[in-house]
This record gives sequence, C-alpha cells and structure tokens, in this order.
Amino acid sequence: MAVTVSPESDIVATPIQRALKEAFYAGAISLGLFVLFIGLKTGQNISNELVVTTRWGLLAAVVIATAVGRFLYVAYGQPFMASQKITNVATGLLPASVASRFFQLPWFIAAVVAAVLLFVLNNSLAGWVGAEPAGYLQFLRALAIIYVLACVIYYFRAFIHANFTKLGVTALVLYPILVVAVLSLNAWSIASGLQGSLKWVDNFGIQILIYVMLAWGLNIVVGLAGLLDLGYVAFYALGAYAYALLATHFGLSFWILLPAAGAMAALWGVLLGFPVLRLRGDYLAIVTLAFGEIIRLVLINWREVTNGSAGISGIPKVSFFGLMSFNVSDPNYIAKVLHIAQSGAYYKIFLYYLILGLCLLTAFVTIRLRRLPVGRAWEALREDEIACRSLGINTTTTKLTAFATGAMFGGFAGSFFAARQGFVSPESFVFLESAIILAIVVLGGMGSLVGIAVAAMVMIGGTEALRELDFLKQIFGPDFTPELYRMLLFGMAMVIVMLWKPRGFVGSREPTAFLKERRAVSGSFTKEGHG
Amino acid sequence: MQYFVQQLINGLTLGSIYGLIAIGYTMVYGIIGMINFAHGDIFMVGAFTALIVFLVLGALFYSVPVVIALLVMMIVAMLLTSLYNWTIEKVAYRPLRGSFRLAPLITAIGMSIALSNFVQVTQGPRNKPIPPMVSQVYNINGISVSLKQIIIVVVTALLLALFWYLVNRTSLGRAQRACEQDRKMAALLGIDVDRTISITFIMGAALAAVAGTLFLMYYGVIAFSDGFTPGVKAFTAAVLGGIGSLPGAVLGGLLIGFIESMWSAYFSIDYKDVAAFSILAIVLIFLPSGILGRPEVEKV
Repeated sequence: MAVTVSPESDIVATPIQRALKEAFYAGAISLGLFVLFIGLKTGQNISNELVVTTRWGLLAAVVIATAVGRFLYVAYGQPFMASQKITNVATGLLPASVASRFFQLPWFIAAVVAAVLLFVLNNSLAGWVGAEPAGYLQFLRALAIIYVLACVIYYFRAFIHANFTKLGVTALVLYPILVVAVLSLNAWSIASGLQGSLKWVDNFGIQILIYVMLAWGLNIVVGLAGLLDLGYVAFYALGAYAYALLATHFGLSFWILLPAAGAMAALWGVLLGFPVLRLRGDYLAIVTLAFGEIIRLVLINWREVTNGSAGISGIPKVSFFGLMSFNVSDPNYIAKVLHIAQSGAYYKIFLYYLILGLCLLTAFVTIRLRRLPVGRAWEALREDEIACRSLGINTTTTKLTAFATGAMFGGFAGSFFAARQGFVSPESFVFLESAIILAIVVLGGMGSLVGIAVAAMVMIGGTEALRELDFLKQIFGPDFTPELYRMLLFGMAMVIVMLWKPRGFVGSREPTAFLKERRAVSGSFTKEGHG
Repeated sequence: MQYFVQQLINGLTLGSIYGLIAIGYTMVYGIIGMINFAHGDIFMVGAFTALIVFLVLGALFYSVPVVIALLVMMIVAMLLTSLYNWTIEKVAYRPLRGSFRLAPLITAIGMSIALSNFVQVTQGPRNKPIPPMVSQVYNINGISVSLKQIIIVVVTALLLALFWYLVNRTSLGRAQRACEQDRKMAALLGIDVDRTISITFIMGAALAAVAGTLFLMYYGVIAFSDGFTPGVKAFTAAVLGGIGSLPGAVLGGLLIGFIESMWSAYFSIDYKDVAAFSILAIVLIFLPSGILGRPEVEKV
C-alpha cells in the first residue's frame, strides 16, 4: 500500500509554533465576533437618537486577552495536562496527586491563621488601611476560608463520602444558628448578629433551597421518568398564584393552602399530561414549553383575576403553625410571646427551616417512591419504553403519576415562594427559570439527589455571591456593577460545567433494583430524557 | 373580505420571518438531532449587527441609498452571525456530540443565556429604535401593502429558492442530506461530517441574520431580549411543520404567522401567543410528528 506523505507533515510544528498559530486564529475570530459588539457601543444622544461611540481600547484588550489565553492554553496548559496524566498513571496516584499537592498541611495552617486573623481584626483593619484595601482583604479572607473548607473536605473525604447524607442534613440544620452565632460574636451583639444573618439566611440559604426543591421535583419527571419537561415553572407559578389569590381573598392560612396548592398543581400536571402522553422526546419538550408560556401569558392577560403584570402584593406571611405570628402588630407576635427583642430575622430563619423541611420531604418521598413499584416503573420507562410496555407496565398511568408528583412539589415550592416574597408577578415565572431548574438537574447528574443539591449550590450560590464582590468596583471603576454580569457568567458556567462533566457532578448510578450485589453504574449506560 | 386579505398579507410577512428562523432550527435538528436553543438569540445577534451597521453607515456617509444600506446590513449581519454560530458550534456543541442527548441541549440553553446577556452588557439594556428606512405604502382596492412587506416576502422567496437549490442540487446539500440520514455511513463514504455540520450551522445563522435584518427593518426596534419570543415561535413553527423537514419549517412559519395575525384581528391581541401555542399542542395531539414530518420508526 502506497503511503503518501503530505509536505506539511514533514515539518513537525513545535508546541510553541502551534500555539502561536492557534493564538492568531483565536484572536482573529474574537476580533470578528467582538468588533461590532465591543468595539462599538450604541447609545442615545440628547435628542434621543441612536449614536455609536467607539471603544477600540476595550476591543483590543479583549482580543489580545483571547489570543494570549489561547496561546498559554495550547503552549503550556495542554502539555501540562498531558504530562500530568502520564505522571498519574506512572505513579499510580490517580487524580488525587494534583489535589494532594494543592492541599498541604503548612498551607492549610497558614490559611487558617490568615482567616482567623482577618476575621478578628476585620473592623480595626478597615479603619487602619482605609475602605479600599479592606475590600481586597475581605476577598482574601473569603479565599482563605474557602481553601480551609476545601482542605477539610479533602482530608476527610472518605468519612464525608461514607456519611454524606447525615453530615449534609446536620450542616443544613445548623446553618442559620452558626451564621447568627458567628456574626454575633464578630460584632459582639446578638441584635446585629441577627440583623447581619438576614442576608446569609435569605439570599443564600432560602434562595438555594428553593432551587434545590424545584430541581428535586423536576428530577422526578426528567431524571427518574425520563420525560423532558421544559415548562416546569408553570407548576411553580400555579402554586404561587394559588396561595397568593386564596390567601389574599379568603384569608386562608398557609398550612391549609400548602397542600391545596400542591394538589392543584398536581391536577394541572395530570391535565397537561393527558394530551401529551402520545408525544415523545422533543415534541413533548416543546409542548411543555408551550404550556409554560401559556400559563405565563394567561397570568399576564387575565387582569381581572391575576392583576396582570402588576402582580399580587400583600400576601400574608406564614404563621408559626397558628401559634405565633411574624407580624409585629399582631398580639401573638413571636417577640411578644417569647419575650425577646424584635427582629425581622426570626421570620427568615423560620422560613429557612420551613423550606428545608419541604426539601427533605421531597427527598424522602423521592427515595421512597423509587423503591415502590411506581418508581421502578418510572426508571424502567426512562431506560426503554418499548420494553416497559412489553412487560405489561401501563405507561399512561406511569407517565401521569410522574407528571403529577413532579408538579405537586413544584406547587409546594410555589406557595412557599409566594409566602416568602409577599409578592408575585408573572415576571418570576419566565422560561429562563425552567431552563435554570433543568440545567441544575442535568448538571447535578440526573437522578442523583446529592448531585442536584451540589449543582444548585454551585450555580445559584455562585451567582448570588457575585452580588458581594463590591471590591471589584475599585478595579474597574465605580460604574462597574457585578450584578450585570451575573446571568452572562451563569450562562457561561452552564456551558463550561457541561463540557467539563457531561454526565453531571454525580455521573454514576446506584440501581434501586439489583441482582445479588449493588453496583454503581456509569451514567453513560443509561439514557435519560428520551420521552 | 378586504380586512381578511389585509390580515393575510400581514400574516404572510410575519410568517416569512418565522420561516427563515425555523429553517435554522429544523436543519440543525435534522442533522444532529439537537434543539439549538441559542438560535433565537442568534437571530437577535443578527438584528443587532444590522442595527450597528446601519448606525455606522449613517455616521460614515451623508446619505446612502436604502437598497445599498439594506444589502450591506444583510451581508455583514450574515457574515458575523455565521461566525457566531460557527464558534458556538465548535466550542459548545461539538465536544458533546457523542454525549447523551440532554448535554448539548443544556449548553445550548447556557449559550442562549450568555448571548443575550452579552449583548445586554455590551450594548445596554434599552430598546434600540431606528428611524424608518422604507415608508412607502401602496393602496390596492382598499388593501394597504407597504413596501416593507413586499421586500420581506420577496427577499424570503429569493433566499428560499437559493436555499432549495443548495440543498437539493449541490454536492454540499447532498452531503448534508446524507449526514442527516446516517452520519456514520456518510463518514465512511468520505464525507467530512464535521465540516458539513459546521456549514449547516453557518447556513442556519445566515438565514436567521436575514430574518433579523428584516425584523429590524419592519419593526424599527430591537432589544437584547427580543431573541426569545421569535425564537420560541420559530421553533414552534419548525415542530408544527414536522421537525427535520425543510418545507415543513416554511409551512409551519407561515401557519404561525397566519394564526397570529388572524387571532389578533378577529379575537384578542393579548392572547395571540396563547392561540399559537394552543394550536401547536392540538396539532401535535392529532399529528404527533408534525404536518410534513415523517413518523419516527423505532426499531427494537
């Protein structure tokens, strides 16, 4: 057989040459992509006409950064990763080797000392060095704390792996108490500790847990039954509006309306499920998306009932099982009953435990259902619908129960959301929310409750944390608002995480039904979301 | 009757734009079986590119003939939007091609969020209005037809004819259809599958860019969030016509356009989108693979 050698392959390109070429291409492409969007800016002049202003400096910076980044990646990043792989194989230290080099005891001690010092001296340091460097110091402190936590997780990984659920639940239960305790100690007063905990409990704790609950609910439909649902937010909206309308018009309590909202969402799940049962895969996806949009459009346009895009405000708060209320004016206000100082934090902490309870309920029901015949039928349906039907499983009822159960948890989360915000409007139930929830389910590794919780924490917590990066203002000038970049980074993070771990954070499956021995299966052997 | 014909013309205009976007969805779906959620935002990027080119033309030259301005806008938008879609395919979809089905869907949603927010961050969140480019209106027997509408329909018809020729008469189109039927076999027969898929994305984006330019010319305003609704409707159109089928996409686009304009003319303008989506659901219940789609045969 004649071997033809093309003339190019005679000259073997060194990595640097190759990197230069790649960098040139990357720069050229980014120039093409950004020349109009970053190089020029459309803005309004005084007479309200659109005019373009140029930003060539920024454009040049972005293009050069792309080229340099590509160069470094091809010239040093790729060879490093390749050699790392070889070293790992040679020394038998598989992925742990990089981590064990990164997490070393001296560094750990240094980080602990730095974190503690910065924490204790926070206020005096701020006065000493001025506000500007203090921002950097706070960022440094956050980095040190993250490093310490990562170290602890790394060294106790075997223990954590073995007792993950117990540890996770304990940490979640203790979280508000810890936050209040640390902040009170820091400021040396309980009142300011409670006040400061608002942000941590509300923005981080409750926000993340709502998404955990929604994602766990959607997981029943997508992860277990394998039905791709792009309109899950519709059930969330139904639950929220059910609570908002019934509570404001009839004054019913949250504890009655919570199951009612869940039942109503489940009913709608069945109503939606019936017509679309014959559809498969992407047709199902588009009809659920359409359903989500229809619900949102009806909420906007049915002004007599839903008050249109203005939304419903003044939704009553949740009471402490009717025993104590969280309204300052009520005679049974919690601070009056328990004879403690007034604070808005009690309500947030109570809501935190409420949503935590709802989440645990979802997880418990999911785990239990997976062991019941219906749960096994869901999983069988996900793996192979035809085999399922041949074995005499009624696919209609199986799909309907999955839809209804998933929708019910969406409804619960919705009524909680309405109670927490005190205000609902169609703005909160756009397709983006469905997409975020679905992304969390997939990024977590579909079907895995732990993976989904981790994904929710990373994606939602990460974007919330961007609000805290005020010190960036000192680098990029006072006009710089990190919040603006929140969704941009969120979208990019979705892409990057998916490319990095296409099977999600927990890519293996533990089968619920097994012969003799339980063995984890790589996610690659299962096919989800085929409808 | 006049009123009806009037609405028919409005629907045809709207449907042409949806049809052009829907082709991008249906082609990508046909060839790699993936819902390209970022396509609506590719359309928005096309419209924004046209807007910026329009402003640059206005700033550089004292007056430009409308035809030339439109042509330049269209060509630049086609080029740059194709570059966007090509890059996105290369970065976000190609590495996941062998992966499970939902993985590229999630990166597509991520890209959609990233694209619209990228435009928001770089160009500002406000609506961007431009002065009307074409304003002649012809009156025939009490039916008013604006020049804008004629341009939209003519450009769409020309592009579709060109596109039909590309897909059905050239070796490139043959390669595309081969990849659509059986990617592995096509590769074995010496077709560069990666290249064919890239070209599919480029073609889809070019059509979306034209749709974006026409959209900008017709409505005279664009905002960073304007990609979603036309995107979803075009996707609806693609599914309605039978996803994977090119004539189906055009037919679906026209149908959605007609439904919308008729519903807002005779019933209520608020519920026109609800009507479009409900009709989609109803059609799919009776024709589960769309109007022109072939039913999927599942082999066990």
